[in-house]
Amino acid sequence: MSDKACNCDCAKERAAQFADLAPTLEQYAKVPGSLITILQKAQEIYGYLSVDAINYISEVTGIKPAKIYGVATFYAQFRLQPIGKYLIMLCKGTACHVNGADMIEESICEHLNIQDGETTEDGIFTLNNVACLGCCSLAPVMMVKSADGDETYGNLTKDSVKKVLDEIRERA
Amino acid sequence: MRVVVGQGSCGVATGARKTAAELEKQIAAKGLDIPVSVTGCVGTCYLEPIVDVYDDNDELTRYVKVQPDKVERIVEEHLAGGKPVVEDAISEEDKQFVLKQQRVVLRNCGVINPEDIEDYIAVDGYKAIEKVLKEMKPEDVIEEIKVSGLRGRGGAGFPTWFKWNAAKASPGKEKYIVCNADEGDPGAFMDRSVLEGDPHSLLEGMIIGGYAMGAIEGIIYCRAEYPLAIKRLEIAMAQAREKGFLGKNIFGSGWDFDIRIKAGAGAFVCGEETALIASLEGERGMPRLKPPFPAAKGYWQKPTNINNVETFANVPWIIYNGGAAFAQFGTEKSAGTKVFALAGKIKKGGLVEVPMGMTIREVIFGIGGGIKNDKEFKAVQMGGPSGGCVPASLVDTPVTYEDITKTGAIVGSGGMIVMDEDTCMVDMARYFLNFTRDESCGKCNYCRIGTKRMLEILERITRGEGKDGDIELLEELANKIKDGSMCGLGQTAPNPVLTTIRYFRNEYEDHIYNKKCTAKSCKALITYNITDACKGCTLCARNCPVDAISGNVKEVHVIDHDKCIKCGKCMDHCKFGAIVKE
Repeated sequence: MSDKACNCDCAKERAAQFADLAPTLEQYAKVPGSLITILQKAQEIYGYLSVDAINYISEVTGIKPAKIYGVATFYAQFRLQPIGKYLIMLCKGTACHVNGADMIEESICEHLNIQDGETTEDGIFTLNNVACLGCCSLAPVMMVKSADGDETYGNLTKDSVKKVLDEIRERA
Repeated sequence: MRVVVGQGSCGVATGARKTAAELEKQIAAKGLDIPVSVTGCVGTCYLEPIVDVYDDNDELTRYVKVQPDKVERIVEEHLAGGKPVVEDAISEEDKQFVLKQQRVVLRNCGVINPEDIEDYIAVDGYKAIEKVLKEMKPEDVIEEIKVSGLRGRGGAGFPTWFKWNAAKASPGKEKYIVCNADEGDPGAFMDRSVLEGDPHSLLEGMIIGGYAMGAIEGIIYCRAEYPLAIKRLEIAMAQAREKGFLGKNIFGSGWDFDIRIKAGAGAFVCGEETALIASLEGERGMPRLKPPFPAAKGYWQKPTNINNVETFANVPWIIYNGGAAFAQFGTEKSAGTKVFALAGKIKKGGLVEVPMGMTIREVIFGIGGGIKNDKEFKAVQMGGPSGGCVPASLVDTPVTYEDITKTGAIVGSGGMIVMDEDTCMVDMARYFLNFTRDESCGKCNYCRIGTKRMLEILERITRGEGKDGDIELLEELANKIKDGSMCGLGQTAPNPVLTTIRYFRNEYEDHIYNKKCTAKSCKALITYNITDACKGCTLCARNCPVDAISGNVKEVHVIDHDKCIKCGKCMDHCKFGAIVKE
């Protein structure tokens, strides 16, 4: 899109807005097959893929926004909405299902008053159901991701999951 | 003396890091000079966190379920006093969980420190690749793998030597070897365990494969959900490069080869080779028609070979010990050992590696200790969403590719989810269809729309709205989806439904005609009632979120079924077992 550059400073402003992404783009923008890597990095920095971010990546890489959107919506990892400070990844793998993951989900939803994919009003928790965390012997399991790192909780019960969430909320 | 703490993902989830920190603190407080190091998952997940103490003669005492409060005593009596704490050590019975296994893939998991290459070298690590580069031609390597009878451990069970040979025979200098570490089957976690516990064996296997087929680069396509695995792989690769096992002129052979990691972004369909390649190229992971096979035209249209983690982890052992040694295990057509992930309603869940040909009964009851809470064994789900449910009546089936396929399930990547009398088989079928419907890439109509229609019927049945003809319609759709889909996902997606209809047709019929869920699991088909055992303590009434329970103090209470939302809270709170689910 650089051939259609306008005369104002908007291009510079956008570059400033996405300065944190510059090293990644510098490394990968011209390497074929790197779109997923770039999107992963962008999501790691900004927490989600905003329309602005998608447009900016398109501008730098020359990949059409529609295609980026297509890739971003194909894979489970990418989010198009901002998330809370703590991301609850509730495992819905087979072992967790058999051991009552639905019950745990009900408990979380009731306790936080949100559904799968939603964020609490105070912006602390987002709930995401995921396919399998690979900790099947500890089912039911959830992983809580935040800037402090990832913490996995196993052998959950309707009550223990509430206790875990309350403890996190106190820390937040 | 030294102390080792198991810190695979499951160990960490049960608090192994806190235990390790407490150990270090207490050891320092006592002024002892005993190192605390890390190891991967030993496979006995039900005993985590696990602490191994090796005395000066390298004699092992294994402590299990070591929460921080147990640390003080172990440090005081064993580390300082030299007397093992017998009560906290592993029982003789639990020792059998590992002793009954035959470990090839998991040989180093839970033994070595995965973050230290010297540990791997000390157990003959990188000796196989040295032997290959100094003594063997690529065709010798392929021949050795052929002798071993190794078949792909990711699901399809295709002979590994054949794929390597095809990639080797393809013309062109630019070839790639790819490791599928995108363990997507819900319920399988052996690849995670190898990645976290023994990353060097995967690297060595890939280097050997790369040499055999003449690859210039290796790529590991790893799940983003496995952050610890990615971290340990990165450490392992850096150490291997430093030692000259990766990079230019490996072992002075003049041959250059390096490996990089590409993090997957979460798509089950990427287990299919052509979809995985599309994803590596930054595209949506959608499969394409074969041929051309990846061995001819793969990554960037160049010859490419893809194997999964477990397959590669077998390779160094096979080369070092000889293909014939590997073929000794297992049966003629299903050679070697296979790792199974035992989970679900099982007493001792974890990773089990056994020679192929062992019966399901030996795995579940002999090693896994049987069913949790001694309930009745109903079925075992094998092969994940592409597999099926093997019923209790077939528990003596030997676990080989051929025998399991005959039951309608598949060995697949090795997930074994055990189910008991409380698991509803119609609900299991619904669960898997929901998964495959979600993960269908949408390219083939039959898979995209067919799985959705099947799911709708199954949802209807579990809601108690099943109709006459539903079972036949499910079967018809299932067969059409199998025939009309291009890739393995669609071709196998109906398997969980077909196998449950085949073995548990009565449960489907109960749901449809009698509006009854035998396992008492489908909410719409159960009712809660209060029996005469009720003491009138009012606890249930006070905890009912919809005020559906009434009754006077010290009198038997009653549930209003019109109001009841079947949340089960009353049953959880009742101290007298007076509430029954019917």
